[in-house]
Amino acid sequence: MAVRNSNKYDRQLRIWGDQGQLALEQANVCLLNCGPTGAEALKNLVLGGIGSCTIVDDSKVETRDLGNNFFVDWESIGLPKAKTVCAFLQELNDTVEAKFVEESPEALLNSNPEFFFQFTLIIATQMKEQSLLALDSICRKRNVMLLIARSYGLTGLIRICVKEHCVIESKPDNAINDLRLQKPWAELKRFADELDAEIDDPVIHKHIPFAVLLIKATEDWRKTHAGSLPYTSKEKAEFKVSLASKKHGEDEDNYKEAISSAYRVWSPPTIGSELQRVLDDSAVEVNSSSPDFWVMVAALKEFISNEGEGDAPLDGTIPDMTSTTEYYVTLQKIYQEKAELHVTALEARVKNILKRIGRDPQSITKSAIKLFCKNARNIRVLRYPPLEDEFNSIIGHELQKLLEVEENSNATFYVLLRGVDHFASSYNRYPGVFDDELEEDAMKLKTLSTTLLNKMIGGGVGGAVLSDDLVSEMCRFGASEIHTVASIIGGIASQEAIKLLTRQFTPLPGVLIYNGIDSTTSVLQLKSFA
Amino acid sequence: MDMQGRWEDIDHLLLRQGTLVGPEFEPCAELRESLHNDLRVLVIGAGGLGCELLKDLALSGFGNIDVIDMDTIDVSNLNRQFLFRMHDVGKPKAVVAAEKVMQRVKGVKVVPHYGRIEEKDDEFYRQFQIIALGLDSLEARSYINSVVCSFLEYEADGSPALPTIIPMVDGGTEGFKGHARVIIPGVTPCFYCTLGLFPPQVTYPLCTLAETPRSPAHCIEYVHLIQWGQERPGDSFDADNPEHMKWIFDKAFKRAEQFKIAGVTYSLTQGVVKNIIPAIASTNAIISAACALETLKIATMCCRSMDNYMMYMGTQGVYTHTLSHEKDPNCLVCSPGVPFEVDSSISLQKFIELLLEDPQFKDKLSKPSISYQKRNLYMQAPPVLEEMTRPHLNSPLFELMEKAGGTLNVNDKKLTGILRVNVSFRGHNDTVMDMDTAGGG
Ligand SMILES: [Zn+2]
Repeated sequence: MAVRNSNKYDRQLRIWGDQGQLALEQANVCLLNCGPTGAEALKNLVLGGIGSCTIVDDSKVETRDLGNNFFVDWESIGLPKAKTVCAFLQELNDTVEAKFVEESPEALLNSNPEFFFQFTLIIATQMKEQSLLALDSICRKRNVMLLIARSYGLTGLIRICVKEHCVIESKPDNAINDLRLQKPWAELKRFADELDAEIDDPVIHKHIPFAVLLIKATEDWRKTHAGSLPYTSKEKAEFKVSLASKKHGEDEDNYKEAISSAYRVWSPPTIGSELQRVLDDSAVEVNSSSPDFWVMVAALKEFISNEGEGDAPLDGTIPDMTSTTEYYVTLQKIYQEKAELHVTALEARVKNILKRIGRDPQSITKSAIKLFCKNARNIRVLRYPPLEDEFNSIIGHELQKLLEVEENSNATFYVLLRGVDHFASSYNRYPGVFDDELEEDAMKLKTLSTTLLNKMIGGGVGGAVLSDDLVSEMCRFGASEIHTVASIIGGIASQEAIKLLTRQFTPLPGVLIYNGIDSTTSVLQLKSFA
Repeated sequence: MDMQGRWEDIDHLLLRQGTLVGPEFEPCAELRESLHNDLRVLVIGAGGLGCELLKDLALSGFGNIDVIDMDTIDVSNLNRQFLFRMHDVGKPKAVVAAEKVMQRVKGVKVVPHYGRIEEKDDEFYRQFQIIALGLDSLEARSYINSVVCSFLEYEADGSPALPTIIPMVDGGTEGFKGHARVIIPGVTPCFYCTLGLFPPQVTYPLCTLAETPRSPAHCIEYVHLIQWGQERPGDSFDADNPEHMKWIFDKAFKRAEQFKIAGVTYSLTQGVVKNIIPAIASTNAIISAACALETLKIATMCCRSMDNYMMYMGTQGVYTHTLSHEKDPNCLVCSPGVPFEVDSSISLQKFIELLLEDPQFKDKLSKPSISYQKRNLYMQAPPVLEEMTRPHLNSPLFELMEKAGGTLNVNDKKLTGILRVNVSFRGHNDTVMDMDTAGGG
């Protein structure tokens, strides 16, 4: 499938590859409410080529929709909005199967909760807290991923509700290849030893790869420093000076690279805190129903304390470095071969574990294990607590921290976004919908939200003070859905959806609050990530 | 076209007073009407960002939009440029985008311009109150920046003259990352003030390509930059010609084999040769909407502006950073004048020679014309003016500038806009002091 549309999808295949595209093509996405926030979110996913989508919305197209929703038009006034939006979205990509259900999400939640089981991912837009709580518990039962998106005037929020999300290809922006310069294995050391860094031939001298220069320099350093590595900043500077002294001329790029890469010697990629947390997780005690991911983590843990000698498998890739073609290609091969040995070792451990837990030892493919090894240092596990926990104040501590440090008041917007829902359930309408009740509503909203905040942060005395400016802006917004804000919130939601569906990159680790006044965002970390 | 209630959502911002609004915001129905009927905004680029910008502006109540783009629609645009369909491939982007937006959003007028931004004259750009940029190249951004900053005039006290300011809103994306920024010439930094924000382009030393290739990209670039010229002299390379691309791929593949380098694919060949930047719908939507919202704020003052640069990073969670970049007080493009000190005895001729020798200016100028307070001191062309102004060349600059330092406007066909040079004369310190204060105001 991905191949047939490789021209159309070229620009995105360069980001998530054929595997990512395949995951999108297998996804069945449900959109709840197709106002601009929802329609924009789904638009980006339809363009990207998800398998199918279903829109749930029971409203009819009104004049007001023509002012903020691109996927309705003049002729569709009075027609079902779900049907109209569905038809216009279908035009964007005929490989997507676009469907609609003309019913309200709330009604479906009550009458037919099983309806939601069929989806890979549900995007719930512009929904109130009570319905979201019900939806979250339904989705959790069947491991359906849930994304919540809300636009409200110039502000909005996005949250992910997923029990557990495991990522192998987190693709961090500045990943540093593991070169083992301070711990070269026999083949690598032999290669370094065979190259003569003192050689007179100027062409060869300036083409010795920096990895080799650093391996040699580290060995020399150890000889004169009782086997230890440069530690203090003075020692690190000395190390670089002695490297520089071996240069034959100013134009030797390999030496420049060695000096700027010297940090790799004293701060090699090790097992980071995030990986350690995964290794320490209780899910690593696998059983027959454990997902493949955790079986591989269990094998990884064994590998590290055995063949790995305390390290994760080598990724087997080296950065470009000034070198002759021959040296570079040889070096590349040395790293690749070592990485392959690690894959083989991990594979044996995976098979053993599978056997032990009563599964087919062949059930995890070699290519899956290879991918896992290549990314082992950067695997991620995210767990999102139930929405109920967020609402029952587990977020309080984070919120308080944010309220204290933030001058742009995004934490206040979080409280107010929840406050307007409480307002709506008390008064059956949102604050500020009528021009002549703005001031009165602002007072009511402030009282309600302050109570809510104090409950969340467990504060009594003095309590928190919500900015009057923001409270009155919130009433000014009056539950309006501004197209640009909807497009931003919908856009971020679709980006997160892609990360969840492709299982690549790292999704949002909490609740994102968007502030369109200052064009800023803040993330409220949820406790399970702490 | 405006049925009752159509703009109800945006009216919350336009018809109601707020607490965090821009200067002199006056909520009223006329505001929306003038947004729809009088204000003119130009969108540059009808690609990934441009399509989104057109939709966003139309649904923010802008009624008169122009769009300019020189490209035609390609299949690889369809994963994000949502106004285009398979049957539009090959048609001009600007024309199709304008049509689609007008069809869907009744009442909005979108005028397409199919062509290069350099083909339009100053008068074209001066028609607009705001310019929104949806571009993917640094060169195009620099060009528009120079044009718009050349409209800028400064008051005697050194503050920018408001009627001469055309604000720009700019967006850019790459994969899951992007930026949005607001440029108010003379007030916030222009592109040239912050050129360093753009990462340098990757280029490989020719000797690496020729002698010590190590990566597939090295092999591809060798064939593209060297081998093509050697083996197909006189045949100019066209990246959109599939036969040309296939040739590069085949040769690069062979070269890689010869050096035992793995990984040359057709897709990579295209990526390297065309310098393809990965692009997805969601990031374009986010960045364009952030830009369009700022455009609405500038047009109506219904909310204070972002100050003045936001970057968005979506690979590891969602991280944004909004920061206030600083103007370069001596910017060659947007400042009231680049400081330049000369002896009070020099002639205009000598002054021109000094300009051409100065390291800051020399690669930007070839035959500069000079004017002072709207008066032509020396014009290189047309011949009539040249002859008229030629006698000034031997006059002392000090006299020509009425014995005071000040700003000279330098025009040159090598420049996109104008260069403002703030001249001070050695030994006339009072003037220097004056101008320094003025520059900071
Ligand atoms: Zn500038």
